[in-house]
Amino acid sequence: MAEPLLSVTDLVVRYGGRRGGKTVIDGVSLDLNAGETVSLVGESGSGKTTIGRAILGLAPVTGGTIQFRGQKIDNIPRSRRRQIARDLQVIFQDPYSSLNPSMTVESILAEPLRAAGVTAGRDRVRELLDAVGLPADAGRRYPREFSGGQRQRIAIARALALEPSVIVCDEPTSALDVTTQARVLALLADIQKATGVAYLFISHDLGVVHAISDRIAVLNSGQIVELGDARQIVSRPQHPYTRRLLMAAPVADPPRQRAKRAQRLALLQRDAPEEPAAPHDAVA
Amino acid sequence: MSIDQHGLDPSADGTAALVAEDRPPRSLLRSLLRNPFAIASLAYILLIVVVAILCPWIAPFPPNKTDLSAVNAPPFTGGHLFGADASGRDILSRLMWGSQQTIIACVLVLTVALILGGISGLIAGYYRGRTEAVASFVSDVAQSLPGIVMLIALYSLIGPNIPAAMAIFGVIVAPSFYRLVRSVVVAVRNELYIDAAKVVGLSDARIVGRHVLSAVRAPVIVQSAFVLATAVAILAGVDFLGLGDPSQPSWGRVLSDAFNNIYTNPANVIWPSLVITLMILSFILLGNALRDTLQASFRSATLRPGRRRTLARSAQDERVAGVNDLTPPQDVILAIRGLKIGYPTSNDEVREVVHGVDLDVRKGEIHGLVGESGSGKSQLAFSTLGILPREAVILGGSIFFEGKDLLADPARMRAARGRKIGYVPQEPMSNLDPSFTIGAQLTHGLRAATGLSKSDARTKLLALLARVGIADPERLMRLYPHEISGGMAQRVLICGAVAADPELIVADEPTTALDVTVQAEVLELLRELSRERGLAMVIVTHNLGVVADICDTVSVMKDGRIVERNDVDTLFAAPADPYTRDLLVSSRQVELMEAEDG
Repeated sequence: MAEPLLSVTDLVVRYGGRRGGKTVIDGVSLDLNAGETVSLVGESGSGKTTIGRAILGLAPVTGGTIQFRGQKIDNIPRSRRRQIARDLQVIFQDPYSSLNPSMTVESILAEPLRAAGVTAGRDRVRELLDAVGLPADAGRRYPREFSGGQRQRIAIARALALEPSVIVCDEPTSALDVTTQARVLALLADIQKATGVAYLFISHDLGVVHAISDRIAVLNSGQIVELGDARQIVSRPQHPYTRRLLMAAPVADPPRQRAKRAQRLALLQRDAPEEPAAPHDAVA
Repeated sequence: MSIDQHGLDPSADGTAALVAEDRPPRSLLRSLLRNPFAIASLAYILLIVVVAILCPWIAPFPPNKTDLSAVNAPPFTGGHLFGADASGRDILSRLMWGSQQTIIACVLVLTVALILGGISGLIAGYYRGRTEAVASFVSDVAQSLPGIVMLIALYSLIGPNIPAAMAIFGVIVAPSFYRLVRSVVVAVRNELYIDAAKVVGLSDARIVGRHVLSAVRAPVIVQSAFVLATAVAILAGVDFLGLGDPSQPSWGRVLSDAFNNIYTNPANVIWPSLVITLMILSFILLGNALRDTLQASFRSATLRPGRRRTLARSAQDERVAGVNDLTPPQDVILAIRGLKIGYPTSNDEVREVVHGVDLDVRKGEIHGLVGESGSGKSQLAFSTLGILPREAVILGGSIFFEGKDLLADPARMRAARGRKIGYVPQEPMSNLDPSFTIGAQLTHGLRAATGLSKSDARTKLLALLARVGIADPERLMRLYPHEISGGMAQRVLICGAVAADPELIVADEPTTALDVTVQAEVLELLRELSRERGLAMVIVTHNLGVVADICDTVSVMKDGRIVERNDVDTLFAAPADPYTRDLLVSSRQVELMEAEDG
């Protein structure tokens, strides 16, 4: 196989320094190939967002390396980092705080172009708006005039502006309604088909992740407990933590959910010595 | 309590209609000019500036021209509009020439303070770390220096040099800008759009210029007005004490001259005092007006009290007339009839967001209320508890609890809330008070609701905490909210809701803030509690998986109406309304289908 586009090796992120520091990421290794979607799934505090931020240069890398197209990109000066900005973009979770409320959509979208010294201007902005399914006149408006789903489309357009080869998607749909969520995911899939961009998709929702990923890495307390093909992770999970996650996600189908719940309780009882028991079991 | 953050706008997604808000951001000046105080202040300040610029041409006399025939001339005599002082100098002219010095001093103080305080605040706030520590230390030292004493000490060093003194005063007030700018920048730098700008490849200078400055602008403008007021006062004070250049006319010196001559000609004190006071007052009023204007956009519309009363009364009249009359079936514990809720869009207009909703919940039933943001589902839940936001108006309808209308009598609502109807909120952490221990909060709540003795309440709560799955209740009672996890906090709140033995629990997105594994446990707990105690529940959620897991019956809400209701199996197996089908399809697209290949 060709050399991976993005490669994370033994990544360690520690906060707090000398005394009483906290290791948030503890030896994570992960590859992302061109045009593929790899997902990081985990619960809050598992470190999934920190890995994304470390790749983007927004979190300190204490140990290990991150390579992009074979070049080391961790702990590099900001000026070097700006050069690779074209290729490595982000979509954040919260479309409310990721867009500057005092700028028009047009200037938000023109910002990456200006930063890269491109003077494509209005036409490119219109193209971007079109690519994410927003009307052309949206450019003159302010973010507050848009709903959550529309704002996330603006954020996606901004990420696309420089035609990157990797986009880190940090829970891009978790702040959205379910119908909007489905549409935004479909949009992301369409964009991937059209541009061949690779996604590092970060989410707490195994369902969302399963719908969009080629491979899934399951994170727990800063470590990858299981990494594999998306179908395999979902249908034949190897690690007990993955099984617990899968069992806990409810499905929108009452009879199946009842069966699943029974299965989950049975699993919990069986794993009881190894896993901390669900608290109600302790009392009942 | 958190209200749906986009609760009030129709948040249809992208391709559909854009949220109509064509109103362009009003210009600061134009909205400022609606405030009469602001107009008066601006006019006065502008007048002083114009006079300062034009005084060589429009002042009736040169500043130091003495006219012995006019010594202590009273006002309105001999061409001396405000009279003349002990040396026969025209007071009006001296005040006009003095405004020059005031304006120069204002500009100096503001420039020095803004440059020093603003720039150091930007840098310290943006980079933090050591830079911030050093800058904050310097600022603290500067702030601890007594300003007027410094200026007097300075006089002995540099003599009567007002520009130098004002520049130094600028340095002394710079910390007020430093602290303000730094705190705003510290808040802004954590915004995701700053991170986004970094990722996009903007340099630090450009990030500060484009994103940070715009956030700092408004508070700095307001602060500037207040700093200018202080500058005018200090300048007048310094001159009054005689630390200024005696050959230069100034407001403070005119006041001082008049003061020395007060027994001969007391009226002369009035003019300089008036000019100085008005200037200070103008800056302060302008500052207040600016603050009001700049913050006005964050304030939502409120209804006139009279209009609110009319609306409330007509709703009440309908209730009395028995429009929503009902003899609910025996086992229905909560019956909502024709409930309408509105929010004001201006002083007189109310927009209805919940349009006459009916809902029945039976004893022991878990009822799911599903919908997307803005559908009104949380509004419905809050209204059964009487905890709608202050500006909300109930436009009609009734909420029958155990056959009695809660809306008809506020006392009845209070009696039911917390005792008969428990509440489990969405954000467990923000619903616990960080300054009290868990034990104190739970005991206080339970005693308020039931009047149990302290020890009885404690015993009951310990047993209940054990029941909701807390391993060591004694220890937990001594902890503060920040010491427990979100899942634990939600168990505590469920315990609190159940403690007074209510008949009904209203849970607003009780698991949305939790991890899936914790969600499964909390749902399990709610189900067990409902079964054990025959508790009815209304669970507000947007997650159809949660509904499928826990609910017996479901109501689907859209745009303030219930579009479909049914028992859970039927609704999921054969959704009748197109919107329900849409929700189900969307939901199933993004959910786990492990059964398909396993």
